[in-house]
Amino acid sequence: MKIVTQIGIIFSICWAAQIIEHLLPFAFPASVIGMVLLFILLAFGVLKVDHIREKSDFLLANMAFFFIPAGVSVINYFDILRAWVVQLLFICAVSTVITFAVTAYSMRLTVWLMERAAQRRPVRAAAQSGPVRAAVESKEEEA
Amino acid sequence: MQEVFSSPFFGIGLSIAAFWIGNLIRKKTGLVICNPLVVALVLVCGVLLIFKIPYEAYSEGGEIINMFLAPATACLAVSIYTKAELLKKNWLPVTVGATCGSLASMGSVYLLCRLFRMDEAMTVSLIPKSVTTPIAVSIAEGQGGMVPITMVAVIFTGILGSIFAPLMIRLFRVKDPMTAGVAIGACSHAVGTSRALELGETEGAMSGLAIGVCGVLTVLFSLILL
Repeated sequence: MKIVTQIGIIFSICWAAQIIEHLLPFAFPASVIGMVLLFILLAFGVLKVDHIREKSDFLLANMAFFFIPAGVSVINYFDILRAWVVQLLFICAVSTVITFAVTAYSMRLTVWLMERAAQRRPVRAAAQSGPVRAAVESKEEEA
Repeated sequence: MQEVFSSPFFGIGLSIAAFWIGNLIRKKTGLVICNPLVVALVLVCGVLLIFKIPYEAYSEGGEIINMFLAPATACLAVSIYTKAELLKKNWLPVTVGATCGSLASMGSVYLLCRLFRMDEAMTVSLIPKSVTTPIAVSIAEGQGGMVPITMVAVIFTGILGSIFAPLMIRLFRVKDPMTAGVAIGACSHAVGTSRALELGETEGAMSGLAIGVCGVLTVLFSLILL
């Protein structure tokens, strides 16, 4: 019965998400609405992770399995894939490196700016807790 | 004889068997390229092609498995929620990194697609390729893309990211484990995260966090920009 209840909770959220999808004036994927909905319920304490733990563990751990049928329909797209496969692989490779570099450098810049901001005012344990932690802590004190 | 393949039990059984073999091969070889989903897709497609079973027959069972996609995507909220504490502590660098990374991913794909003169459907199929499969598929579907093409791109990107993550960390001289984790998660979602976990605990946790943050941001950007 426990698992049935959990399935009930999660499926109800998905159904509610589909209703919201229909009501929204713009196109927004229902599965992502479901995700936001569940997050809100968890964040406001309406639901506890324990209420859905087994079912969500099952779904998350087997995520890849649920994509098999969607992936198999690539059979119907073989012609398109064959025509574009080189470009597709090239685009994936180049943009993966660009994404990594941009993420890493923008974060490094942010951390550096935060450290500079932290240095301008006295920070007690900066040397001990490491630059990043210290910067974050001083930000929190500020707020 | 053809009717027996139209039973939903055939499609579901075949998928489970293929996925089971995929997991087995992964365990035996430990190779990133032997991703259980990749192996399962190759096996199922192979069986359908060799025995000339129509895709429609397989999808009788496939539809039932498909039904679990929305609940599985919704449950990503649980994994994001359990990392909320981590995000709260480092929200500024993580948000900046994920925002810049998501925009860089979408922008670079868009420009390269233009360069190769790809059509609209192909372009929107590729744009979400750096985020986790459930979210990428939702975006592609919503924008009129081809879901299987998106999946090929997403899986390939994930495998690339997880193979080359250590190399990129050295190439771009990333010394901070938090930065390395977010960068891996931003460019190669869950497949990359499994590699990030091998590099270290902080890398793994941050990479997992980046999957959620980049996923949500990419949905927002695709709504605004596309």
